[in-house]
Amino acid sequence: MHEWSLAEGVISTAISVAEENDAEELVQINIKIGKLQQVDREIFETALEETAEDTMAEDSEINMEEAEAILECRSCGEKWNYQDSKKELSEEEEESIHFLPDFAHNFVRCPSCESPDFEILEGRGVWLDSVELER
Amino acid sequence: MDPRIEVIGKRLRNIDTLVPVASGKGGVGKSLIASTMALIASERGKDVGLLDLDLHGPSSHVILGTEDLDFPEEDKGVVPPKVGDIKFMSTVYYSQDGPSPLRGSDISDSIKELLSITRWRDLDYLFVDMPPGVGNEVLDTINLVKDPRFMVITTPSDVALRTVEKLVSMLKELDVPISGVIENMRNENSPDIEEKVRKMGTNHLGTVWFDDEIEQAIGEPEKVLKSDFSKDLREIFENVDYLPSSK
Repeated sequence: MHEWSLAEGVISTAISVAEENDAEELVQINIKIGKLQQVDREIFETALEETAEDTMAEDSEINMEEAEAILECRSCGEKWNYQDSKKELSEEEEESIHFLPDFAHNFVRCPSCESPDFEILEGRGVWLDSVELER
Repeated sequence: MDPRIEVIGKRLRNIDTLVPVASGKGGVGKSLIASTMALIASERGKDVGLLDLDLHGPSSHVILGTEDLDFPEEDKGVVPPKVGDIKFMSTVYYSQDGPSPLRGSDISDSIKELLSITRWRDLDYLFVDMPPGVGNEVLDTINLVKDPRFMVITTPSDVALRTVEKLVSMLKELDVPISGVIENMRNENSPDIEEKVRKMGTNHLGTVWFDDEIEQAIGEPEKVLKSDFSKDLREIFENVDYLPSSK
């Protein structure tokens, strides 16, 4: 997902949670970022800031934690880090994965048996991990 | 919490009518019908989008003759490239037109991602070319999209009809609106299926006769619009109250 769509999703989901819980204040927003999506932190932070403007998330503290992308081959059981495969990819292939992370299956192969049939165990995309509210 | 779900609602909220074109069976002409419906609606002055959700076998770009498969332009999301006047989105822009060996959850994630990033803005119609069957793509469309109006495609063959019956039964069980069934590729020796369709509890919207010249029009929207295939579909437009009429 593009950083701006991602920021829009995070902020509006956090606000929805706050509203559902009748919160007065959205104190903290905790986000997990899977490395497969290759989010540009700088753009993402700007997008979060601008999207939060004039909303109840405007003054929220935003924390981000990055998670390694771990892949597991369904054919031979090999587990590996996406960063190891990244070196083999072209710029266009990386860009495709940035927009549609699951399309890693189109371009990444198991380093042991070269199968495209692998599972993304963790670190796929962006996740709103938790929010801290004040009533 | 998955942040994409909130965004999908926003991305689709300015679309007046969303029409998933589906079937229980492959090879019945879904893509050609979805693409041609988009072309006809666009020709009639409507703002139209076409979304190819057949992730394993995308083909709408072939029917529309899209040569340019470069990454779509970005503007706080992704702007669907225009083919003629139609806003067209497909995973081919990201697959480099290669095979996509995706399993169920990968498909669901890709659909969520595609719906989250695509900024359709205002549309009168979004036609969705669905893959065959009742798998992830159909279930996700039902779950993620508000008020889809399913158009179901069959051929007169019992082989297709029996799978269509299953799709219609599932959509009815889930209370999803079905516009009706379009009978495609009919020829003079085909059995009458109108009664069978009615027994499914839905409408037989009309017939598209087998057009042995349509293959020559693939990739050239102007020719598709002049075909007998398109002529039959225009008649079906008159039977569906939410589609733009010629009058």
